[in-house]
Amino acid sequence: MRVYFLCFILFVVGLYAILRKRNLIKIIIGTIICEYAVNLFLILIAYRKDGRAPIYSPGQEVKNMVDPLPQALVLTSIVIGLAVTALLVGLAIRIYEKYKTFDITKINQLKG
Amino acid sequence: MLELEFLIIFMILGAIIAIETKDMLSSVVAVGISGLGLSLAFLFLKAPDLAITQLVVEILCLIILIRATLRRDLPFSTSGRWYFNTTVTFVFLGAFLFLSYFILKELPSFGQPLMRVSEFYLNQGKNLTKATNLVTSIILNFRAYDTLGEATVLFTAVIGVLAVVRKIGRK
Amino acid sequence: MAGSKEVEWGDIWHNPLGGKERKMLEQKNNNTSEQKNKNTLEQTESKGMSLIVKTITRLTVGLILLYGIYIVLHGHISPGGGFAGGVIIALSFIHLMLAFGKEEVLKRFSSEYITFFEGLGATLFLGIAILGFLAGYFFLDFFVDKGAPFNLFSAGNIPLYNIAIGIKVSSGLFAIFVFLVLLRVIKDKDKQ
Repeated sequence: MRVYFLCFILFVVGLYAILRKRNLIKIIIGTIICEYAVNLFLILIAYRKDGRAPIYSPGQEVKNMVDPLPQALVLTSIVIGLAVTALLVGLAIRIYEKYKTFDITKINQLKG
Repeated sequence: MLELEFLIIFMILGAIIAIETKDMLSSVVAVGISGLGLSLAFLFLKAPDLAITQLVVEILCLIILIRATLRRDLPFSTSGRWYFNTTVTFVFLGAFLFLSYFILKELPSFGQPLMRVSEFYLNQGKNLTKATNLVTSIILNFRAYDTLGEATVLFTAVIGVLAVVRKIGRK
Repeated sequence: MAGSKEVEWGDIWHNPLGGKERKMLEQKNNNTSEQKNKNTLEQTESKGMSLIVKTITRLTVGLILLYGIYIVLHGHISPGGGFAGGVIIALSFIHLMLAFGKEEVLKRFSSEYITFFEGLGATLFLGIAILGFLAGYFFLDFFVDKGAPFNLFSAGNIPLYNIAIGIKVSSGLFAIFVFLVLLRVIKDKDKQ
């Protein structure tokens, strides 16, 4: 319960950066932190008390393994997050080239 | 799991430093605190696959972000309705946290997950697929459709980067 | 003309220059290429990072690549798999590129190769999935004998999927890095 709440605080810190910062790079950093918080939350739900990693080793029968399903989902989500970050960085560099700034309040022309 | 709570507090501190620092390069480096802390947290939560992937992805993420911020600084500016906007944001985030408290009480408590679906994978996974790493057997055998969709998303993201970054002025 | 090849990537794409300025640029590049011929050895030494970094890179980059291949191939026995191994392989190429400069690496792996491998990975994944039609339906394991657990050759077609994903992730991430490096911003050049 307390761990879940700390994880939500991490999410809120990222959300604050997205809502309130003017620098495009700071906004990208906010999305990265939000992504970390969501991944961590899914794995926290999967944890079982005194569990073992869901990998067998030779000559050993293990009964209490942690839940492998959220781990499989998060494994793919991490790599996708990297590709999406790269896409955001590419867009930000393009905007910098056009307007010579990262400040979102100065980017006011949609056309041209 | 007291060490896990300390680790998450450490990650929160890293995130706050990353957001509030004025120098861009140190802010990018401070994201690394958060990401490597996440990698350690995965290791505590018995997910070694994710720990390896997160560690490696974090390094590449930092390289890409440093490429974006090199030699481009932005002075910190507090013009406009700064105090009003910040107050509204904090009120909204406080309401978000307050309401999330009631939702988190409904979840199964930490350490006792609901394993209605995963019970089958844990019991039968090794016999059916002969793969000893159950995470791999789930993403590539039981739930391969998910992985196909994920591969499509990755392909689309790469093509998106190439389309955005493509050279202009080519005829 | 020999000089036209020497123009930097960024110069062509981001300077929609007129003919006159273009000619001047080419002349400038011709001059630099003559200088290059004079002291080829010094030029090649001065590209990229310092000598220490280059020597260490020559020693370590093969080990990093080997470790990535190991992680991909043993994905069904030990922690790892196609995603982690693919990122490690991409990092080994990026390591080479950071140490030796982009020209040295792009001479060997041009961007056409990278995009080809990107498509190859995706097609391979889908192709193995369609091969499941041999036994009945989509995404079916078509191996009859799956071997014993804890062997390298076991677990049906999971290693094949791992190899396909490894190719796809490594080439995709390396392509992203290469295209972000080739992108030049005009203001950067004005500052220099």
